[in-house]
Amino acid sequence: MKTLEELRKIREKAQNEMKMRNSESRVKVVVGMGTSGIALGARDVMKAILDEVSNRKLTDVLVTQTGEKGLSSMEPVVDVIEKGKPKITYGNVTPENARKIVVEHIVNGKVVSDLVVATKND
Amino acid sequence: MSLKRTDVLLCCGSGCVSAGALKLKEKLLQEIVKRGLSDEINIIETGCMGPCDYGPVMMVYPEGVFYKKVALTDVEELVEEHFMKGRPIKRLMVQESEEVYPTKKEIPFYQLQEKVALKNCGLINPEKIEEYIATGGYEALGKVLTEMKPADVIQIIKDSGLRGRGGAGFPTAMKWKFVYDQKNDEKYVICNGDEGDPGAFMDRSLLEGDPHKILEGMMIAAYAVGAKKGFFYIRAEYPLAIKRIKIAIEQSKKYGFLGEAIFDSDFAFDAEVRTGAGAFVCGEETALIASLEGKRGHPVLKPPYPAISGLWNKPTLVNNVETLANLSAIIINGADWFSKMGTETSKGTKVFALTGDLNNTGLVEVPMGITLKDLIYKVGGGISEGKKFKAVQLGGPSGGCLMDEHLSVQIDYESLQQKGAMMGSGGVIVMDDSNCMVNVAKFFLEFSVEESCGKCTPCRVGLREMYLILDRITKGEGKPEDLDKLEKLGKTVKELSLCGLGQSAPNPVLSTIRYFRKEYEEHIFNKRCEAKVCPDLVHFLIDKDKCLGCGLCAQKCPAKCIIGSREEKYEIVQTDCVKCSTCVEVCPVNVIEKLSGQFDASPKQEFKKYADLYE
Repeated sequence: MKTLEELRKIREKAQNEMKMRNSESRVKVVVGMGTSGIALGARDVMKAILDEVSNRKLTDVLVTQTGEKGLSSMEPVVDVIEKGKPKITYGNVTPENARKIVVEHIVNGKVVSDLVVATKND
Repeated sequence: MSLKRTDVLLCCGSGCVSAGALKLKEKLLQEIVKRGLSDEINIIETGCMGPCDYGPVMMVYPEGVFYKKVALTDVEELVEEHFMKGRPIKRLMVQESEEVYPTKKEIPFYQLQEKVALKNCGLINPEKIEEYIATGGYEALGKVLTEMKPADVIQIIKDSGLRGRGGAGFPTAMKWKFVYDQKNDEKYVICNGDEGDPGAFMDRSLLEGDPHKILEGMMIAAYAVGAKKGFFYIRAEYPLAIKRIKIAIEQSKKYGFLGEAIFDSDFAFDAEVRTGAGAFVCGEETALIASLEGKRGHPVLKPPYPAISGLWNKPTLVNNVETLANLSAIIINGADWFSKMGTETSKGTKVFALTGDLNNTGLVEVPMGITLKDLIYKVGGGISEGKKFKAVQLGGPSGGCLMDEHLSVQIDYESLQQKGAMMGSGGVIVMDDSNCMVNVAKFFLEFSVEESCGKCTPCRVGLREMYLILDRITKGEGKPEDLDKLEKLGKTVKELSLCGLGQSAPNPVLSTIRYFRKEYEEHIFNKRCEAKVCPDLVHFLIDKDKCLGCGLCAQKCPAKCIIGSREEKYEIVQTDCVKCSTCVEVCPVNVIEKLSGQFDASPKQEFKKYADLYE
């Protein structure tokens, strides 16, 4: 260990590995993981999102899951929650769509409007 | 790249491990593999999270859900419902009267706590240096080595007001200055991890939960006083702490925090672990040094202090684990930040091991100056089983007992000393009204008698003499002059002993006599133990009118001293009774009672009955 810069570089990398233990994140992606969601492929959707997020090294995105959301006919359902913006709910998400949501919505900031089923202000 | 989306922090402090945390981990891993979640979920072993009473405990991130008393049978549901479907399980959360506390920050136990030394404990994996670095670890060392002179470091610690956390509360900076002033090429730093008080586990938890923080603290201290070599003296009863510190030393060598030219400075440092054989007296610094040198752990006369002539007669700094744990935070946040916490004379926070008859036992860190009442009722959650508070023993066998009138006392070094207790290393044993204070004093004294190294006669002989008197009192053979004798002996032992062990060992006896004199007098003059603890001062009686005559008590009695029949009902032959309480426990109609005082053996009443007949 020679310099403080060297230490800080290691720290940044390590913090990224531990980001889950920090509640501060820009975007929260919530995948509906009820029985019907899982039956319609929510697990694959989540894996696709996780894969895309980690490939793009998005450190400020938190992926988590929740139970049945009531929209059984539109499962798998994915919420994208950004601080200070309305909650966007996507329905009938496939793994391919999910990757698109990550790229278009989370990275480029453009809502994928043809997949949106609900928009809700907090 | 990783697909990880959940961190499960599993408390693997010794408390949770004995409650089954390791088996739990195994089962969790199995279940996660079974469901194909191994790529997504991290299971991380951490140090003590604090609320040992809830063990095994775990926290699940990113939600931060806190689970308590997780059993093996809960694992399947936990993985299925929470990890898989994202539905946290309510029944495993902390609940108090209808209220559910899903995450740590809502739980009352944590509300008044201020974590400095314990900041990372329970939040990071102690066996991974990267996690420590992620929390800002080794930044303080870097700052000290690249931007500060040793004298500056001493100054900032002086300004912070940090005092030794081992018990006596000596100002840390002053101790450093003594070593710093010595002109010698060879100096040593020793981390005193010989925690021996019954019921105390602060140092162990720190060493187990955040070993790098202690190592970094030691290096900062070493730089300040000019030492190149450090020793961790840890008792052999703490195998996990020893293992974790050894791992920490290995890892920091790899990263170049230990070795030559650290942070490109002139500072070189190396550290080693030495294990103690578990003698209580080796927590005293001169005895510790003797033990480190391979000699018998006997204290020696001070001066010369270890700062002048310590390990191998070289200037040596001996600091407690918790003292070292505070250093990096003071360097990073500044002296003002630290000195804002606490009271006039005692700054910062203190880690306590809360044990005894409390709802929330465990490891806590609170600002100095908190009242005993807040510590016991707010943090500790009050007395368990709805019983009444009776006394609190602070500072283990060297400390003293305080009673309910002291609940408003602020916890700092001076206030406690003034009341006849002491901060000690931080063991807090809370007792409800089912405890007999004479017996409590006897327990602590027995410990000190066993642990006295035998060097000084007052401690070796005096403590034993005191113990014998207490033993007599609890057996109902106390004499009227016993209390004066105990006080006189206690004072003599305190004054004439060489080291801290003897100087403080009479404290539990003296403080209980001071505050619970009535209870001693009950034992001595009335041969009664109100709390019904001392076996020789209680007796058992069967209420013959209500006895069913089932004979269960007679069957179970190990001394076979219950006689009778279904018709005649049963009674206890008092002379043979061993006071085991078995009969009370087995009686199906609860008509056997444990009574305070000795059985009145004089057959007066029986005679009177017959005398009446004759008249």
